[in-house]
Amino acid sequence: MMTAAYIAVMAVVTYMIRMIPFTFFTKKIRSQFVKSLLYYIPYAVLSTMTIPAIFYSTGNYITAAVGTAAAMILAYFDFPLIVVALAASSSAFVTGLFI
Amino acid sequence: MIKKKRKTQSDFFRGAYHGIPIGLGYLSVSFGFGITAVGSGLSVFEAFMISLTNLTSAGQAQGVSVIAAGGTLFEMALVQFIINIRYALMSLSLSQKLDKRFTLIHRLIASYGITDEIFAVCSAKEKILKPMYMYGIIAVSTFGWVTGTFLGAAAGEILPGSVVAALGILLYGMFLAIIVPPARKESGILFAVLFAALLSIICRIFLTNISGGFTMILCSVAAAVVTAVIFPKKEDTEE
Repeated sequence: MMTAAYIAVMAVVTYMIRMIPFTFFTKKIRSQFVKSLLYYIPYAVLSTMTIPAIFYSTGNYITAAVGTAAAMILAYFDFPLIVVALAASSSAFVTGLFI
Repeated sequence: MIKKKRKTQSDFFRGAYHGIPIGLGYLSVSFGFGITAVGSGLSVFEAFMISLTNLTSAGQAQGVSVIAAGGTLFEMALVQFIINIRYALMSLSLSQKLDKRFTLIHRLIASYGITDEIFAVCSAKEKILKPMYMYGIIAVSTFGWVTGTFLGAAAGEILPGSVVAALGILLYGMFLAIIVPPARKESGILFAVLFAALLSIICRIFLTNISGGFTMILCSVAAAVVTAVIFPKKEDTEE
């Protein structure tokens, strides 16, 4: 019973944070600075999440570095998301077999 | 009419296709969450419900530790607020590129699925966001997230450790696939990416006692502000 209350609080707080700005902010932003800021934020967020975390992501620096290199090369040549993601994982896996 | 229906269907499937790497990544991450949740004394059903209703990694992990420690509901609300406040920023950013079809009800439904990864793909891959596209990506991602949680909670030992370890890099690989191509073409994006990475490494080394969600806001907003000042986006580009 108590666990259900915990889960409900988690769900409601998390949902409200996502829902309120998404639903009620319907105005178009005019400021060029804010527009530029919102334009760059996704890339900054992704970069922050990826580096340095990607090097810790497999529990082994060598397999992670190989996976990162594979992903970088394929991403550079514009391969689809799924191809790059699977290449990172499978090259890390194969490297893991040898060390 | 038929043509229009086909169009919305293809939006859904394009979203679902973009959701596949997210779903696969979530499968492995939530697998770990399932194991942790059951290890902390929750039932398989409770772990599953947390994943279904929250759809977030850091917040759920922290939530489970609050439950395990018997914290108050107020503490739970506060912890969730601090860890997840970054989603408000992402929601605001996405709210600027919504299609006219995004009526109130669609906004209420789709906001459920704004995660770091879904936000990233929606912002970088789409110029204008349509409800069906978001539903496609959310459906596949959520399926991966709850399935992984269930499997991890019910049978944590079925996957060999080497496979779980290799799956750990999957989402990061996808992130690189999102940021590298535009960074090649636009110096502003390249600058934002490199600067954010530098700040993130500095935080990792020097600010070890600050929560991950907070560090992420700090580094990414700082990098985006500096980039917006140096490389303002030109007015005439697509809106």
